Amino acid sequence: MKSLQNTLQALWRYPSAVVGLLVVFALVFTAFYAMIKIPYNEAIRLWRGGEDVWYQNPKFAAPAWINFFSTKDYAESFSVRTTDKSMPKQVTLGNEGTSTIDITYPFTFTSDFIPQDMILYISSKYEQKQPFISAKWLTPDGREIRITNLAITQKQTYRFAQDEKLKTRLHTEDVIPQLFTDPDTGKIVKGEYQLQIQGTTFEPDSDINMEFVFHGQVYGLAGTDQARRDLTVPLLWGTPVALAFGLIASLGTSVLTMVIAALGTWYGGWLDELIQRITEINIVLPFLSILIMIGTFYSRSIWVILGATILLSIFTGAIKGYRSIFVQVKESMYIEAAKAYGASSPRIVFFYLIPRMIPLLIPGLVSSVPAFVFLEASLAVLGLGDPVLPTWGKIIQDANANGALYRGYYYWILEPATLLMITGLGFAMLGFALDRIFNPKLRDI
Amino acid sequence: MAVVTHTPNESVPVKKAASNSTFLRVSRYVVTRLLTLGVTVVIGIYLTIMIANMGGYVDNIMRNEIGDRVTQSIAANPAMQQMDPAERRKLIEERIASEEKRIGLDVPVAVRNFRYLSNALLLRLGRAINMTSDSGSKQVRLIILERLPATLLLMGTSQLFLFFSSVFLALNLSRRYGTFWDKLVVALSPTSAVPPWFYGIFMILIFAALLKILPFGGMVDSPPPANLVDYSLSLLKHMILPGLSLVLSSFFLSIYNYRTFFLIYSSEDYVDMAKAKGLPSRDVERRYILRPTLPNIITNFALLIITLWTGATITETVFLWPGLGRTLYHAIGLYDIPIIVGSTIIYAYLLALTVFLLDFMYALVDPRVKVGG
Repeated sequence: MKSLQNTLQALWRYPSAVVGLLVVFALVFTAFYAMIKIPYNEAIRLWRGGEDVWYQNPKFAAPAWINFFSTKDYAESFSVRTTDKSMPKQVTLGNEGTSTIDITYPFTFTSDFIPQDMILYISSKYEQKQPFISAKWLTPDGREIRITNLAITQKQTYRFAQDEKLKTRLHTEDVIPQLFTDPDTGKIVKGEYQLQIQGTTFEPDSDINMEFVFHGQVYGLAGTDQARRDLTVPLLWGTPVALAFGLIASLGTSVLTMVIAALGTWYGGWLDELIQRITEINIVLPFLSILIMIGTFYSRSIWVILGATILLSIFTGAIKGYRSIFVQVKESMYIEAAKAYGASSPRIVFFYLIPRMIPLLIPGLVSSVPAFVFLEASLAVLGLGDPVLPTWGKIIQDANANGALYRGYYYWILEPATLLMITGLGFAMLGFALDRIFNPKLRDI
Repeated sequence: MAVVTHTPNESVPVKKAASNSTFLRVSRYVVTRLLTLGVTVVIGIYLTIMIANMGGYVDNIMRNEIGDRVTQSIAANPAMQQMDPAERRKLIEERIASEEKRIGLDVPVAVRNFRYLSNALLLRLGRAINMTSDSGSKQVRLIILERLPATLLLMGTSQLFLFFSSVFLALNLSRRYGTFWDKLVVALSPTSAVPPWFYGIFMILIFAALLKILPFGGMVDSPPPANLVDYSLSLLKHMILPGLSLVLSSFFLSIYNYRTFFLIYSSEDYVDMAKAKGLPSRDVERRYILRPTLPNIITNFALLIITLWTGATITETVFLWPGLGRTLYHAIGLYDIPIIVGSTIIYAYLLALTVFLLDFMYALVDPRVKVGG
């Protein structure tokens, strides 16, 4: 406990360590927040979800906060529905079981760009007689455009842009721009628009509900990708995945390396010889190629890759480094004393040899976390990411595959890249400081 | 690039054996060392072959692929559509069998692995299954040789620049220990936690996408300029971004490591002594600091040479650089085992050779080390 306190006090003197520690804490907090906010199954459902989950979002939408940095105003996406009263609905009962349903949705449009799309998702309840709706579009400059008159079925999707009748009525191929511009000047008209829908039902229990989806250029905190997925989900969930991969891999690798080196040095003989030969063979093996092969031929599951990573990283140069130190420690007086009072070999290895090396282990462990976090991302960028889990690397891969850099969707790459960078730098800074604290030889230098 | 700083004389036993002649001692050492390294290489290559071909999974993929291809080519051939169905099926089976024989699928996995191994060790790299070189050859040797110049050019330029600039700057910094620049390098050294391809993405974003002054990727303009000067300029332009990202990702850590290393050696008593004698600082640096660190610097240089040959798989992929690393990635995607094994063999041989040569280099530069003891 005392030594932990000393370490923390020593850490306090290195500004980079403080920053690194803060980053690590923030990441751990985010990881827990993500896992509590979006439970695992929900995250998988959202990440693997298609059009049915994400129909409300536009494709390739930048995050909404880019409006703060841009001189032009991008239209923000939204969706409103009558079921949760975000779209007001008024029912007036008529005679003989008929009723009139008025749905009016006014909204302010101040963007400099035409929205991507507008869609109405209509659902209705009836026995035999289909309800009927008519929709109108009111522009700020007082024009009134008849959109459609429809007899609706139980579930129906109305896409403004694909209505052939509306196209002929507006004399255009692109309906949406026409709805938002002045027909004389061709300029975008800003101000309050109104979507008015009047529905008529012909049965006592009949009802109409509606959802109006407006696809702008920007969406939410993180934007969306090619499958309309909200990027906050993989960005949030990428945190626990990256931390788990990085920490388990570095912890597994360093602890196993040290234990194996300690056992080899203590028992010596054929065991030591075997460990050294395995290390030499392992150094000949091309690490990344083997991981790529495992990913391509056998399994892309992150746990298989993690296991292979740990196995291949145990027998490396580090084992030789530990060995040379253990050889010295083995001869020290306190080991001699332990032998004299009759401590067993396992006891000496695990309670005398290994604890002595923990100061060396910790900085190495922390500093190797970024390498593993980036390894996972690298494999994902090569298309070998886990098929199920959302990770930061997979976002970069999706972005790369969809030509995000060529087409100007910079947010798509910058968001996961920034998070990866922060994670890598945070751990690296902390590791550097720890190295100086635990290795006094470096402290003055 | 990891800088190795452990003592180098570990692998060379320094004992006082009663060997009577230097020649005998050295040759005995050479033989045992070559044998152990040879065994290591054989096992390493065999493991790679096994992983590349384990459990016959890849065989199934190849069999299905051959079956599909042969059936389709026969079904598409109008001359064979008139044939009797039984006869046609027989023809298909024959063709499949001969195709499987061509790539060696007719023998058990274990036998085939050994066949791969012996061919591999004799550097008979064989023919690729799916990939071809740009000149149309299926010879693995030719495919690898064709991609090698691209990799050597990119990696050679960036790694050699990295090596010499970091040693030079580190030496300078170790003299100015504690100054602003020194502190800056120490503060920036964690940036090397980020791999080169990652810097590559940022470079592409800034220089290609936003500023539009450098190309997104590739090696030369398309179509390639006919004139040699234009060709080189175009090559140079395409090389800036991948080269810069390779250098940047290791730059500060590399300087930091060498600097720390030089500082440790410059705090030795004999350095103080040399300074006290009034030797010029250039001489102190060269004879008292650089000289004893030479074995480590040579190790790092040798490791660097090895990385030149393997290329940087992901950086090459991100920049669409037609080098070995990217070829390897493609080969894995196409299940092209001969190419995967071929590149592994070359890597393993080069690594073994480097390790072997290093032992002698140490003996040359470090008087405490004696080959074979």
